[in-house]
Order: sequence, then C-alpha cells, then structure tokens
Amino acid sequence: MRYVLKKAGIFILTLLAISLIVFIAFQVIPGDPTTRMLGTQATPEKVAALREELGLNKPGIVRYFNWLTDFLKGDFGSSYTYHMPVNELISGKLSITAALTGMSFLMVLAISFPLGILRARFAHSIPDRIAMVFNQIIMSIPSFFIGIIFTYVFGLVFKFFTPGDFVQRAENPAAFWGYMVFPALAIAIPKSAMVVKLLRSSMIREMSEDYVRTAYSRGNSRWQVLRSHVMRNAIIPVVTFLAVTLVDIVAGSIIIEQVFAIPGLGRLLMTSIIGRDLPVVQTIIMIISIAVITVNYIADISYKYIDPRIRFR
Amino acid sequence: MRKTPNYNLIFGCTLTAITVSVIVLGFFWTPFDPDAMSSAEKSMAPSLKHLLGTDNFGRDILSRVMEGAGTTLSIAFLAVSIGATFGTIIGALTGYFGGTADEIIMRINDAITAFPSILLALVAVSITGGGKTNIIIVLGILFIPSFARVVRGEFAKQRDMDYVKNAKLMGVRHTRIMFVHILPNIAPVLLSAVAIGFNNAVLAEASMSFLGVGIRPTESASLGRMLLDSQAYLFSAPWQALSAGCAISILILGFSLISEGASYRPMWRPTTKRRRK
Repeated sequence: MRYVLKKAGIFILTLLAISLIVFIAFQVIPGDPTTRMLGTQATPEKVAALREELGLNKPGIVRYFNWLTDFLKGDFGSSYTYHMPVNELISGKLSITAALTGMSFLMVLAISFPLGILRARFAHSIPDRIAMVFNQIIMSIPSFFIGIIFTYVFGLVFKFFTPGDFVQRAENPAAFWGYMVFPALAIAIPKSAMVVKLLRSSMIREMSEDYVRTAYSRGNSRWQVLRSHVMRNAIIPVVTFLAVTLVDIVAGSIIIEQVFAIPGLGRLLMTSIIGRDLPVVQTIIMIISIAVITVNYIADISYKYIDPRIRFR
Repeated sequence: MRKTPNYNLIFGCTLTAITVSVIVLGFFWTPFDPDAMSSAEKSMAPSLKHLLGTDNFGRDILSRVMEGAGTTLSIAFLAVSIGATFGTIIGALTGYFGGTADEIIMRINDAITAFPSILLALVAVSITGGGKTNIIIVLGILFIPSFARVVRGEFAKQRDMDYVKNAKLMGVRHTRIMFVHILPNIAPVLLSAVAIGFNNAVLAEASMSFLGVGIRPTESASLGRMLLDSQAYLFSAPWQALSAGCAISILILGFSLISEGASYRPMWRPTTKRRRK
C-alpha cells in the first residue's frame, strides 16, 4: 500500500511537470493569439481589451496557475477556429477515440496470447519458423497501410463496410461498433505481431528453468505446466510491453482515424495542428499525456500483483 | 555446437542493400521525370512502360516511389545521425561518470521515452511548422533519449571492466577511454540501435507526411504523401496506394531485420534445450 501511495505521489508530480512543459511549449510559439482572434486590422484598444480579458498581461507563473486551475475545472479555453469552448468540441470525440483504443487493445490481447502460447509450445517446429517469417513482415507494415488495404479489400471489393460512412454511437450502437472493427484491427495487427514475438521468447526462456522440470516430474501435462507455471513468470516482461503497446495504440488511432474518416480526437488534433488552433492542440496533448502517464502508473503498480516475489519499499 | 548463420542479418543487409541502391540510383536517374504530368496517361495500370503504373496526374509511380523513398531515407539518415551523435555523447558521459547528473538525465529520458515518438513529433511540428528541415531537426532531437539510454547502459556495464581499469592505471585520459577504448566494444549494440532508429525514422516521416504535416508537396515526392493522395483513387487505381505502402514496408523490414540480427548473441538467445517429445 505504501508503494502504491509513493507511486501516486510520483504520478501527480509527473503530471504537474508535464503540464508545465506543455504550457511553456505553447507559450514560446511565435504569434499573438489576439491577432489570430481579431485579425490584423484590429484597433490597439480592442487588442488591449482582449489581452486584458484573456489575462495575457499577467506574469507567466500566474497565467500557468490560472490555466492549470481552469484545466482541472474542465475549462480548456476556446478554439480559435470554431469560436466555441474546447471542452464542447472534445467531449464527443474523446469517447470515440477511447472506444477505438479499447477495442484495439482487446484485439491485441485476443490475437497475441493464443498465438504466442501456441508458438512457444511448438517452438522451433516448421510452422513456428514459417510464423516467424510472417511475424517479422507483419511487424514492418505500418498500421495506416494495413488500414488502406482493409479499406480496399473489405470496403471496396467485398463491401463489408462503407468507407467514410461513420455512425455515431448514440444513433446506432451496432453500426458504430461494426465500423470500428476494421480500424481497430488495422492498429492491432502490427502490435500483436510484436507481442507474440516477445511472449514467445519470454515463454521459451522460462521453459528451460528448473521449476518447469520439477512441475513435469510431478506428473503435470505439458499444457498444465505452460498455463499455470510458465505463463505466470513469462507474463512479467510482457506486461511492461503491453503498457507501451497501449500508449502506441493511442498514437496509432490518431493516424488510423484519418484513414477511416473517424471523427475522433486524432482527426481534431490534425485539423487543429494544420489550422494552428493552439488551444485545441494544447488540450488534446494534455489529455493524451494524462492517459500515457496513467497507463504507465497502472502498469507499475500491477507488477506487484502479478509477481508477488517483487518487494517494493 | 554448430553455428547457425545469422539469417536476420543476412536478409536484412541484402534487402537494405537492394533498396538503398535503387534509392541511390533514383538520385541520378529515374525512368521518367517524377513530376512530369501527362493527361493522356492518367491512372494507368502497371504496364511495361510504367512498371508500377501512373497516378491521377499521369506521373510515373515508379519514379515517384524512387524519389519519395530517397527523401524518406535521407531524412532518416540525417535524423538518426543527429540522434546517434548527441545520444552517444550524452550516454557515454552519464554512463561513464554516473552520479547525480546521470540520475537526473535518465529520469528525464524515461519520461520522454514513455511518450510515443510520433506523438511528440506531431506536437513539435505543430510548434515549428512542417517542412523537410524542421522534420529532420525534430526527429533528430526526439531520437537522442533512446540512443542515450542504450549507450549509457553499455557504458555503465563496461566502466568497471578490467581493461578500463587498466587503461586508467596507465593514465589514459577519460575521453580517450570513452571513445577509443569503450566505444568499439559497444559497436554491435550501437548498430542495432541505429537500425531501430532508421526503422522509427522512416515510420515517423511516413506517418507525418501521411497526416499532411510532413514533407510539403512542393518540396519533393514523399511516400507518406503518396499514400495520403492515393486514398481518393483507391478503387480506380489501387496500385498507387500499394506501391507507396509496400515501399515503406520494405524499407522498415530491412532495418528491422538488421536490428534483429545485430542484437543477436548466442548467449542472449533464449536457452533452447531439446524439446520434450
């Protein structure tokens, strides 16, 4: 418990550090937001009034704390382009990206664990060698290219789904999840290949340990040993990697949303980056950073439960 | 024990050698002008004249793939050079001397590497603006932590070895020990890191251009950009997407095989006892 609390302290400190970095990063960007909001033709009085309203003439440290308290209250400022509060802009999109990420992560688990275990069980056999070659190739295909191949094969040739025909979850949940299958799979496939590879080598390493021989000598079948002895130990390095994978999936969803025209956070981020709509970019970056740090925090504390041998002080 | 050939390294080097020679050839000669448009030859399927077909402007795709891959590779090369140089220097200093500075720099490193590099690259580009030079600088800086981490780990390991102690006793200067004595010993690890760096750089550049914030279309052809543009013509001209996508995948495959092969050590290999029948 003390470990969890100590980690929670570090977690909060990291969040504060990130928020400060993000704040500074977006302060050094050249260009005055008032010019962007009022246009270049604005009178100096108007500019001064807006600067006063936005609090731009206060010192940096005050602005940081104002921004931070506003952020914690859920007030993310307003978009330059859409002239509406950023939180209204983001609220609907966040759940779409979260759904895509979650679905994709479950797919990675569902694909990689059975395959990884099977390949470890039949390690160095002919099918395993063939799988190794395919694994390496699949790992090298970027998810957005897989997405494009899916769009062509399943969308245009077989017509399993209509590319670009995204349905909001509120309108038709079944159609929403159905549309998400291929984007999620496009992200999941290369990631699964990496997890399979790691799980396989991790299991093979464990399989040569003494406790495995003991388990056999006590009359356990091969599958029993794999499941209840080898898996428990082999999973530890995999958990670290799964945390990295989950973070990568979040990044991957930004790209894949472009391929499948999903109006999620990633698409908003890209249009905001191109349109230089900084409040929106800043908010999305903060949200993603919080997600990344949270995932790493959860992975950190989950070791204790997976591996009771680890004693944290 | 019979030594098995390092297939990963062999295939990886072969593949990369082939792609690099095609790319280098592309710097001097392409079958057609990559930018020459032709309204008579719009979206033509692959044929003997245009081996990979033509795009929606009638430009030869093979020529464009060659030019685009060249852009991608040169960006990757420069970015990795920046990252590897500064990363090695930082990693060598922190790993060799250790201490508080090492501790602090590694904490910062950990925090940076926790974020997906493509995300950081997007943020950085949203601040600096797109274009070739900015991408090289942004990616180069982003690669420093990962190189620093790898090099630091190796230096920390080598620091206490007898040959280093010997050299110290002989009065060799620290910089000489670091870069003349230790550095050659960690070359395989560094090579693997460089290959992974190339792998990530190609992926990051392609992703950014695909997202429309990377190479500007006016600068030169780019594989990511080609993939982005091809989406609108996916049904009528799928070869357009296929050529660009395969080119990216082959580049990445070559580098990932090299990194795999370079990090291969018989002793690191998972112990493989005979399988129970």
